[in-house]
Amino acid sequence: MKDLLQYLRDYKKECVLGPFFKLLEAVFDLIVPAVTAAIIDKGIANRDEKMILGYGGILLLLAAVGLICSITAQYFAAKAATGFAAKLRYALFRHVESLSFTEMDEVGTSTLITRMTSDVNQLQSGVNMALRLFLRSPFIVLGAMIMAFTYDVRIAFIFVVAIILLSVVIFGIMAICTPLYKKVQGILDQVLQSTRENLTGVRVIRAFRREDEEEEEYQEKTGLLMGAQIFVGRISALTNTLTYVIVNGALVLLLWRGGLRIQAGSLYQGQIVALVNYLSQILVELVKLANTIVLTNKSLASAERIVGVFEMRSSLEEAAGENFLEKNISEQKIRVVFDHASLCYKGALEASVRNVNLVVKKGETIGIIGGTGSGKTSLVSLIPRFYDATEGKVLVDGVDVREQSVEGLRRKIGIVMQKAVLFKGTIRENLLWGNENATEEELIEALKISQAWEFVEKKEKGLDSFVEQGGRNLSGGQRQRLSIARALVRKPEILIFDDSTSALDYATDAKLRRGLKHLSYRPVIFMVSQRTSSIRHADQILVLEDGRVLDIGTHEELLARSKEYQEIHESQFKNVGEEEKKHA
Amino acid sequence: MHKERGGKENHVYIRVLHYIRHYLWILVLSLLFAVVNVVTTLYLPMLTGDAVDQMLAKGSVNFQALKGLLLRMGIVLSITGGSSWFMSVCNNRITYLVVRDIRRDAFRKIQKLPLKYLDAHPVGELVSRMIADVDQFADGLLMGFTQAFSGILTILLTIVFMLRINVWITLVVVLITPLSFFVAAFIAGRTSRMFQKQSEARGMQTDLIDEMIGNQQTVQAYGYEKKALERFRVINDKLEAYSLRATFFSSITNPSTRFVNNIVYAGVGITGAFFAIRGGLTVGGLSCFLGYANQYTKPFNEISGVITELQNALTCVGRVFELIEAEEEKDDGGAKEKIERTEGTVQLEHVDFSYVPDRPLIKDLNLLVSSGKRIAIVGPTGCGKTTIINLIMRFYDVNAGKICIDHKDIRQLKRENLRSQYGMVLQETWLKDGTILENILFGREDATREDAIEAAKLSHAHSFIKRLPQGYDTVIQEKGENLSQGQRQLLCIARVFLVKPPMLILDEATSSIDTRTEMKIQNAFGKLMEGRTSFIVAHRLSTIQNADIILVMKDGKIMEQGNHESLLEKGGFYAELYRSQFESL
Repeated sequence: MKDLLQYLRDYKKECVLGPFFKLLEAVFDLIVPAVTAAIIDKGIANRDEKMILGYGGILLLLAAVGLICSITAQYFAAKAATGFAAKLRYALFRHVESLSFTEMDEVGTSTLITRMTSDVNQLQSGVNMALRLFLRSPFIVLGAMIMAFTYDVRIAFIFVVAIILLSVVIFGIMAICTPLYKKVQGILDQVLQSTRENLTGVRVIRAFRREDEEEEEYQEKTGLLMGAQIFVGRISALTNTLTYVIVNGALVLLLWRGGLRIQAGSLYQGQIVALVNYLSQILVELVKLANTIVLTNKSLASAERIVGVFEMRSSLEEAAGENFLEKNISEQKIRVVFDHASLCYKGALEASVRNVNLVVKKGETIGIIGGTGSGKTSLVSLIPRFYDATEGKVLVDGVDVREQSVEGLRRKIGIVMQKAVLFKGTIRENLLWGNENATEEELIEALKISQAWEFVEKKEKGLDSFVEQGGRNLSGGQRQRLSIARALVRKPEILIFDDSTSALDYATDAKLRRGLKHLSYRPVIFMVSQRTSSIRHADQILVLEDGRVLDIGTHEELLARSKEYQEIHESQFKNVGEEEKKHA
Repeated sequence: MHKERGGKENHVYIRVLHYIRHYLWILVLSLLFAVVNVVTTLYLPMLTGDAVDQMLAKGSVNFQALKGLLLRMGIVLSITGGSSWFMSVCNNRITYLVVRDIRRDAFRKIQKLPLKYLDAHPVGELVSRMIADVDQFADGLLMGFTQAFSGILTILLTIVFMLRINVWITLVVVLITPLSFFVAAFIAGRTSRMFQKQSEARGMQTDLIDEMIGNQQTVQAYGYEKKALERFRVINDKLEAYSLRATFFSSITNPSTRFVNNIVYAGVGITGAFFAIRGGLTVGGLSCFLGYANQYTKPFNEISGVITELQNALTCVGRVFELIEAEEEKDDGGAKEKIERTEGTVQLEHVDFSYVPDRPLIKDLNLLVSSGKRIAIVGPTGCGKTTIINLIMRFYDVNAGKICIDHKDIRQLKRENLRSQYGMVLQETWLKDGTILENILFGREDATREDAIEAAKLSHAHSFIKRLPQGYDTVIQEKGENLSQGQRQLLCIARVFLVKPPMLILDEATSSIDTRTEMKIQNAFGKLMEGRTSFIVAHRLSTIQNADIILVMKDGKIMEQGNHESLLEKGGFYAELYRSQFESL
């Protein structure tokens, strides 16, 4: 929690001045009943109109000064809170950007987004509220009690007992209700989940004609939710009732005791009126305090979650030395080496990549094939250090990737993911991600090779056509081709295609492969695919199963000797009808 | 324009009242308690004043009268306390009952809405209507119940009570107090623009976060972090500035209304004191007035908040009503025909269809599928493959022409009856929140565990289910993290195997499964499809080679039609697609 306070450091002045002016205001609030008492006991008793006007003037003055103090305090509090939130958000964004995939997998992006938005907002209003009320409320409660002591000790004791009882009731009920509210939230989450599920699965539900059962289930859940809500509501409503009874019970006692004191001549009527006023001030402030505490608790929970994000450290260790070999390596023939490399994801029981050995020379194309979950994607994600090998090592240009700076390493690599991701902006802006300094010609050339030029060209604005968030206004195949173009714009030494041609029809796929073969800068190409047709011309093909390399060879070699490769190939090319006959 | 909005608002009011009507007696009770509560609450300061008047000065305290008054105060305050609790209980009850009813109706509606509506509205948006909007409405309704009615009653009764004590001081209170209301309204009007700017900036920032963090892989792969951070900073600074203004200006409201209250208080104090000197008011009366001045201003301060909250609640519930009132799928109650178990003849005659009126997709489509045939549909994305499935399942209705099953127009059948003839596996693997067993039993609840296991074996799902920690009782996690995409698909297939429907629809059913597993499933499908009319939409040509009819579609039209061999011979679009698989570089 202390870690977060550093973002308030620039607002020390505001953090002191805010509560200070709030306290000033509270002092004025506490003087008001005393002035009223004076009006009654001195003004009315002596029939002194001038005095009454004078005290009345003081009341107005107190109101005006109170207003100024309070507005000043609100300004400082708002300034500190919003500034704090802005600094925190910035730091959080920077931190999250630096996280490696291992951490991202663990928490999930939607959680991180919530942390950065609603949790920070919650914390902002928490800071704002705390600066305004945390000092003021207890101060007024205590102050009112002290004022009571100056009037009459026995009456002051009524105050003390009332304050204790009120605190017990307010905080006690709060303590009872908090877990109940959590339960309500839990049920609400279930209702939400049900709603979402029914919307996303509407076709399946209708196809199986399960509408009635789904509805019944939903009724049950909303019924449960209602029950829980009504129950909590009943308990929390007790707060108002009990505090009212306690304060007014105290009032009755106060009046009785006051009567005795007046009879004895040690107290005046006006002072009784003032004491009644103090009593109601106490109630108002305690309720405010309770609300502040609820809000603070929520904010603290948010703060804890945010600290949790800050505590995640990127598991990638940055190499100290910059690519020291960078200048000498471009001549080198050997580009990528897997040396007994294994990868076991955090929390996974079994390794996803096991003991892979591979040497790749400049200009070579490597095909990687295997079933779902065989470790194809995991294997290639070791190259750009999306994950670090848990055993063995991966070398790029002769140097262990862990000894290279992440930035420098990734600059050499163009990667096209399974899911084609595009960003809001123009097509040009998206392509420039690959290389900011690319010329128009280079962009068009990349588009041509990736078979995207044919549809980009047709667009009214060509390269400057707008891409909506996530590329929603493009088809899957178009998105995929653009993301391939983006990688090509970079003219990388290593090109990785992670099953990224699945949305292309065979004809387009073939044209793309032909284009890649003739790239002038002869990159190493890793081609992950489920189709043997996509990789059959690779220089080496890796057949993976359960993270292990079953065999390495060319298409022809593998067809001749690898049973698994044959199976995969045949499943795609042989007539399924014949298969069936064979099995029958 | 303005009138129209008013009409819409009225409509929402009427709908809300319609829901409350069922719980009228609770409402009546609540109002009754509210009246009791307000009256006793206001009676108490009067008794306090009277009690103060019994203790004039040293030696002249009337203990007899004081005792009586204090006793009465005790009784009154118990009644106040009790009635306030009962009132809350009633309000709670109505609110949550109404909320439950609204959610129930909204959910029921979702089951009946045409897919056209659901496809056009993002899931997130509908979910937020049913959850967040309804919640917001509940808050507003509760607040409205507890504060609006009591507030107005308090204001009215306070005036009456005050008038009984002193007319002139009452005038002071009544004239100054509304000031706070105007001040609050004035500030709220000024700040709403700043809040709007704040939420715009927030929205922009969330978009950016969503995009950059949601696609971190790509961002990192291209080293875009620094640029993203810079873009973030620009928006963040803007947000900070708007946020400061919105927060500060809105937080002026409280001090300002408090200031008005303090003026009222001072005014009452001064005028009251003058009257007291002239004998028109006792000190107890003054004390009572000071109490009233506080009580009277409270609802005024709250009322602007309540109004905003209520308006917000109405807007929110309006969005929900929009859903509840959306046009339902055409009622099929008048369906005359019924089929028991179809023989499997499906016919499309001169079918026209489009999702968007001015963008025709399918035009004059004709197709005759005789019993037991396998129909494969291929073609590029967006050519209308899945649309055909939507039409034969009657998720959408044709614009012109007709679709027949066993020579009966499907519009003459109940949807339920029609859909029970098909088993469907989609590319998207939707599973329910629940165990594996529950999911397999989804289509036929009366089936036994053994039936489910049998179906799982047939669809090659058994071997992986067996290996899961709790086997068939493993709970599928929300996003299915504990199952791979392929495994999820196998479960969807098992679900259909259990039902053994007369016809099958496979829409890219095996595209997320690796080819070796697919081969096994194909064999299983082959068994299932025997004698059943089947529609197969697929990407991989290997999947469809042995179909009886292959439809090659492009732009909503059937380009070619025939079996694998005849299409290859023809040397058209299909042949080109097929050859490209083997093309050498």
